[in-house]
Amino acid sequence: MAKMTLEELRNLRASKQKSLQKRSIEGKEGQIIIGMGTCGIAAGAKTVLDAFLSELDAKGITNISVTQTGCMGLCHVEPTVEVVVPNMPDVIYGNVDAKVAKQIVQDHLIDHKLVSDHVFDRPAADIYVKDGDK
Amino acid sequence: MHRYICDFILDITQNSFEAKSTQVELFLFEDDRYLKVIIKDNGKGMSSDVLEKVLDPYYTDGLKHKNRKVGLGLPFLVQSVRESGGSFDINSKPNEGTQVYCSFDLCNVDTPPIGDISSTFLTLFSDPNANELIIRREINTSKGSSHYEFSKSELLEILGDFSTVSSLCLLRDFLQSQEEDLQQYYVNRTLIFK
Ligand SMILES: Nc1ncnc2c1ncn2[C@@H]1O[C@H](COP(=O)(O)OP(=O)(O)OP(=O)(O)O)[C@@H](O)[C@H]1O
Ligand SMILES: [Mg+2]
Repeated sequence: MAKMTLEELRNLRASKQKSLQKRSIEGKEGQIIIGMGTCGIAAGAKTVLDAFLSELDAKGITNISVTQTGCMGLCHVEPTVEVVVPNMPDVIYGNVDAKVAKQIVQDHLIDHKLVSDHVFDRPAADIYVKDGDK
Repeated sequence: MHRYICDFILDITQNSFEAKSTQVELFLFEDDRYLKVIIKDNGKGMSSDVLEKVLDPYYTDGLKHKNRKVGLGLPFLVQSVRESGGSFDINSKPNEGTQVYCSFDLCNVDTPPIGDISSTFLTLFSDPNANELIIRREINTSKGSSHYEFSKSELLEILGDFSTVSSLCLLRDFLQSQEEDLQQYYVNRTLIFK
């Protein structure tokens, strides 16, 4: 890829906007939130973010936002990812890697099935205290 | 423990975001032998007391991890740099800001591999805690020199947001093209790509 200028970026953005508008109006319908605290980073959360982007892009899914958050209190199963989409329960997935990220896109977002091996609950307040969050 | 130099950079820069800075600057300079990193913020800063404690792995401000009494970011970095012939320095003033300096010896076998620079920049630019972030990346080796520099505000003005898949992919491609252009000047990378 040749080095892109800011002007080229601006033009790409404009042409992408146009093609999005053609494909009907796509509101932001879901959210993928990646835990990017120290423990998440150490466990490879950045690779997970990259994997979600590539996979969503490849599958043409654009009505999902991808954001980051700090520690979700589940440091022992980092990298963690919270997925919030309509008609599905809000789920936190743990031990996510690039492969699991692909699976979440296919199963959870497209087929509306949970990737059950990787589902973890938000820590309940009392467990939180007992386990600490390290 | 972090596997890549980029993980340290991400971690330490996040500390600057968390310190309520309105502006953070990240500089990466690479020459034939060293990768030098400077992270400068105008956030809440630390008193000399706190600064001393921060380098101790058994300290965290107790706000972020309610039930964990250890911070990991800075002590990780100090330990890694100590083991691999690099250097570390930190200056901080309450209510003025903090500056972290570190260098990694790219020829030392104990230095972690650099990792993916452009995806680290992508993560930092799209961090919701980041206000203004200026990233300057420079390379100056026996093969030649080049640089690039961008601010979050100018990229955001062009892309509109940093949370939709389409703008994040554009930002990713843009940042990748910047770093790829510097690859012709890389030296010594083979030694550390373990
Ligand atoms: N740039 C900064 N400005 C102000 N305070 C800072 C800065 N960097 C670190 N600190 C202080 O040092 C403490 C320790 O930082 P460290 O990164 O080691 O752990 P942490 O951020 O608390 O937790 P984590 O392990 O998730 O990174 C922080 O809690 C914060 O109070
Ligand atoms: Mg930290």
